[in-house]
Amino acid sequence: MGAIFRREVLSYFTSPIGYIFLAAFYASSALFFSIYSLEQGSTKLDVVFGQLMLILVVLIPILTMRTISEEKKNKTDQCLLTSPVSLFGIVAGKFLAAFLIYVLGVAITLVYAVVVSVFASPDWTVILGNVVGLSLLGAAFISIGIFCSSFTENQMVSAVVSFVVLVVLYLFSTIAGLIPVEFIKKILTSLSFLERYSGFTYGLFDLSNVLFFISTVVVFLFLTVRVLERRRWA
Amino acid sequence: MIEVRNLSKHFGDKKAVDNISFKAENGEILGFLGPNGAGKSTTMNILTGYISSTQGKALIDGIDILENPIKAKAKIGYLPELPPLYMDMTVKEYLNFIYDLKKCKLPKNSHLKDICNLVKIDHVFNRMIKNLSKGYKQRVGLAQALVGNPNVLILDEPTVGLDPNQIIEIRSLIKKLGKNHTVILSSHILSEVQAVCDRIVVINEGKIVADDTEDNLSKALDNEHKILARIDGEKDKVLACINELDDVVECSVDTMSEENVWVYRIEAKQGADIRRKLFTCMAENGFYILEMKSSELSLEDIFIKLTMGENLSPISSNKEVEN
Repeated sequence: MGAIFRREVLSYFTSPIGYIFLAAFYASSALFFSIYSLEQGSTKLDVVFGQLMLILVVLIPILTMRTISEEKKNKTDQCLLTSPVSLFGIVAGKFLAAFLIYVLGVAITLVYAVVVSVFASPDWTVILGNVVGLSLLGAAFISIGIFCSSFTENQMVSAVVSFVVLVVLYLFSTIAGLIPVEFIKKILTSLSFLERYSGFTYGLFDLSNVLFFISTVVVFLFLTVRVLERRRWA
Repeated sequence: MIEVRNLSKHFGDKKAVDNISFKAENGEILGFLGPNGAGKSTTMNILTGYISSTQGKALIDGIDILENPIKAKAKIGYLPELPPLYMDMTVKEYLNFIYDLKKCKLPKNSHLKDICNLVKIDHVFNRMIKNLSKGYKQRVGLAQALVGNPNVLILDEPTVGLDPNQIIEIRSLIKKLGKNHTVILSSHILSEVQAVCDRIVVINEGKIVADDTEDNLSKALDNEHKILARIDGEKDKVLACINELDDVVECSVDTMSEENVWVYRIEAKQGADIRRKLFTCMAENGFYILEMKSSELSLEDIFIKLTMGENLSPISSNKEVEN
């Protein structure tokens, strides 16, 4: 797992993807920060965090599109799958590498908090909660992106499919509002990433939301392992 | 040691590998020979745990690859058909990655250096893999298989893309490795298998059609003494003359090569040498023998015979004549 993690991190920076992801993330978060915080003269960063979710829907597929599909295309998966490493080790190594790059992106929000603290003291616990929430949301998105990447050899297909999936997940609460059947509405709302994440941006640190994102990660990494496993038996 | 027992692999309705069994002992180089699509790569992919078998077992040093994959895989060095290289890495980074991936315990720097010297890639050690030529990529692939000094080496067409000098080098390297490793090497190049392997397994349409040493294979198939002769003279008369000779079992006319010159395939009784008799007979009747050669089965013929079954096509005999 360690070897795969190191290789993945390295490959994010030997290819343009790591740079593109970080640059796009920094640029958009900086834009939100200046519009919703600096211009408004507000110490609150929750709107910035709230807006970042939409950016993730676009950027995470770029981060994860090649994780498994490129290995399949270049047949380098033959090297990984015939080495003495478990499938979970392979998938986890890839997940952690993508997550590390993502956390490097999220870390910029702490810089914004420091900038704000120059003018007035912000509510540090709320900001910390937001950072944790954003990290968890990203982790869940990354696991979904990796899962989508395990189906195809084509990076573009992988990116588009994960983008569509993330958009649908983003719209879950909106879709729920359109459905008249009460219990389906309830299920959709409880599965809504937006609702769960909004909790964090409001400054609520709800353990059930934390567990929701962590279990999403576990489930999708497990499903990715199953997809790889199943292919061997095909 | 590698042992394969009743291995089958089905892709949908297609039987890619059909109930094959064989064994390769330590210090043996086993050649896996077959036409394209015979099931060579599939078998190798099963042996290395890349895909699973539908039925049967594959044991590496007695460890089942499906039951205890991590332990079994640690004993294998695998060079797939297409070397699994990361183009965005240098050779050095790549081999270091493989070293870590295989959780090697050998001293890293000296071990990697030894391998690079062995496959002669030391001077491209710091170059990006994507900038290397096909031959060098193949060698890096081979180097990758050797990392960790595994007991078992499985090489899928290891000399593809190399120039003739490199091919000779790599072959002698494989021979050297075969002394203290178990090597399985697949190829559709017959001379390669002939030059390198101790034992040959011929596979066709997923089935093993022969499993023996090259000598034994030739003996088993070459049980009749055949002569090919190119003779100038009227076809029917020549044929009659030949058929009158003692010890001739059968004679057939193959092709006309020039005006009034025909190629005859003459089959004699076991152990009988009819070349002198044939010469005298033709000379007495005023026919000219332009060419005469005994048609011993080469590995090439064995291969064609085994993989084509009874339909020994006229194309193969024509080729023999032209040669």
